[in-house]
Amino acid sequence: MLHITTLHYLVLGAALFLLGVIGVLTRRNVVIVLMSIELILNAVNLNLVAFSRMWGGLHGQVFAIFVITDAAAEAAVGLGILIAFFRNKETVNVDEVNLLKW
Amino acid sequence: MAPVATPFFFYLLSGIMLIGGILVITRKNPVHSALALIVTLLAQASIYLMLYAPFVAGVQIILYAGGIMVLFLFVIMLVSIDRSVRERQFNSQWVVGLIAATALGGLFIAVYTKGKDIFPEHAMPVVENDNTQKIATMLYGQYMFAFEIASLLLLVAIIGAVVMAKKKI
Amino acid sequence: MGQIVAYIESYLGSDKTPGAAGNMFWVLVYIMLVFGGLSVAVIAMNWLERKILAHMQVRLGPMRVGPHGLLQPIADAIKLLLKEDIMPAEADGLIFWVAPFVVVLAAFTVFVVVPFGPTHAITDMNIGILFMLGVSSLSVLGIVMAGWASNSHYPLIGALRSSAQMVSYEVAMGLAVVSAVLMTSLNETGTGTLSMIGIVQAQMAQQEWFIFKFFPLGLIAFFIFAVAMVAETNRAPFDLAEAESELTAGFHTEYSGFRWSLFFLAEYSAMIAVSSIAVTLWLGGWLRPFPNLHGPSISIPHYWPPVDPTAPTGALDLVFSLFPGVTFLLFAAMCFFNTARMPKHPLFKIQTMGLAGFGVVLGLIGLALFVPPIRDRVEDIFWFSAKVAGFMYLYIWYRGTFPRYRFDQLMQMGWKVLLPMGLGVLILTASVALLQPMIWHP
Repeated sequence: MLHITTLHYLVLGAALFLLGVIGVLTRRNVVIVLMSIELILNAVNLNLVAFSRMWGGLHGQVFAIFVITDAAAEAAVGLGILIAFFRNKETVNVDEVNLLKW
Repeated sequence: MAPVATPFFFYLLSGIMLIGGILVITRKNPVHSALALIVTLLAQASIYLMLYAPFVAGVQIILYAGGIMVLFLFVIMLVSIDRSVRERQFNSQWVVGLIAATALGGLFIAVYTKGKDIFPEHAMPVVENDNTQKIATMLYGQYMFAFEIASLLLLVAIIGAVVMAKKKI
Repeated sequence: MGQIVAYIESYLGSDKTPGAAGNMFWVLVYIMLVFGGLSVAVIAMNWLERKILAHMQVRLGPMRVGPHGLLQPIADAIKLLLKEDIMPAEADGLIFWVAPFVVVLAAFTVFVVVPFGPTHAITDMNIGILFMLGVSSLSVLGIVMAGWASNSHYPLIGALRSSAQMVSYEVAMGLAVVSAVLMTSLNETGTGTLSMIGIVQAQMAQQEWFIFKFFPLGLIAFFIFAVAMVAETNRAPFDLAEAESELTAGFHTEYSGFRWSLFFLAEYSAMIAVSSIAVTLWLGGWLRPFPNLHGPSISIPHYWPPVDPTAPTGALDLVFSLFPGVTFLLFAAMCFFNTARMPKHPLFKIQTMGLAGFGVVLGLIGLALFVPPIRDRVEDIFWFSAKVAGFMYLYIWYRGTFPRYRFDQLMQMGWKVLLPMGLGVLILTASVALLQPMIWHP
């Protein structure tokens, strides 16, 4: 337990991933769902960097940088959609996005 | 530069991250969730430093904690919160969601207990002084194509976000 | 006792920063020193700002509290500590309480990598400049939290404007920093570095401050950074978000007493931090002026050359090493001169004695700085602090001279003027750096 191996980091990443999945599946507020998605992406990043440390090469770290870039783009677009939706329907609950056309 | 007192800092930082993650998914007020997420991201940047990845840690602080979370906070402030704080917080299929998450958790536990002997006991020694230079060589050499595609992706995201948030297209 | 002295001396002879050497005790000592010095600098800045601004406006500034108002900052601090701590009724308690601390944390953590000398930094991270830019962008979060938690119109608008301004000018700052870092890769080793100490050592190796390199490209990059750093710290002429006549006090309207003083502390610390970045990247950090000129080698017994065998021994080195002591002696002379000019009224006796005592203290510090062991250690710190002090004077000068920018003019300038200029300088610097060997050695 005291010597920190790669497995410790992987378990931490898995726990964060689980928390993110619970957040996406159970919350109503769209902003919190988006933040849970960011948690999931961070867990993936942690796994990538932990494996990069295990093997000594830097491919995992480069991949992690690309994932962060991707997360930024996706957060911007997701929040843009949220704003457009909020302007029309005045609500931020996922439950109420249930009509194809209103 | 070798990390100091690795087990203590690892358990401290992972505790902070897990508590932050739990706070993100359980708070009523989205602003509190955003702040908990910022704490989680900063703790994760410190864990990257422990994993001999200083450049990724710097990118995480600048982009994630200093960019994406500011964006989230702006949008939360623009979208009215007062009504949503008083409403029901968890959606109608939360039971199914929890069952699915438990199944996923069981899958993780099974994989990690079966496969925990694959990982070597001691990691390879890593030099940290030229981490940035090596990443730069890789980004501009081997991963040049992905780099250009990422910049195109960001351009598309900017255009998309601007178009979607405009009042009149 | 002898063991303690031996331990201190054995440490002082090392050639790494304490963080890089993994030495926890000295890291803590350095942290105490840096933050103590920072607090003293903020107090001095408070007094200097009021006096210099007053003299620029042909008035006297604070004169009553101590001799020439020297105790005014202490009186301000006591007043702020004793003020009533108000929180608005509907404010979000936790965020209202946390916001000043986030801003102060972001402003103070930056100083972990600031290099006061080749080994005089708390640590030397591989990503030094990236860390500084990233952590200083965390103060935007604190400002947004402060404006949101006050639950009132003026703070919210002030916080949104302030954070939009800071985020816009961070982009221009980043581009200027990239062109400076690009110049570090022109060493003989062929690899650049992001570490702050490495950047100054690259300037030493290339025998040229980066502000003069590829003239005028270094100068334009420095200019872009100098403008962006004033906008980044919400100071005049970019202080629309917190100016009294515009938005009451912007995002810190609802804060009073100790919490407001935390914002104030964070603002001055951020000013010193971005000035340190500018000094390290363009003005040669801790290097004295003309670091490559040494003059003829001279030696004075027991005084010069310094004990360290690798130190240069020229005449110009000797002259420049006298500057710290001479500066403090000049300050002491100014104190004594003003003591002589004080009114000869019995009620002024205590003030006159206080000013004379202050002059004596400064004079003793100046004399101590002539002693060889202290002189060698303090020289780098002195040059770095002198350059940062020059920037602080520039900040106060801007505040006294320029009218305020309107907010849309501000954003326009950040995106439409500074950003294209930054991109242009970056492309030109990269092109000149590539073509340079071909031009000079075809």
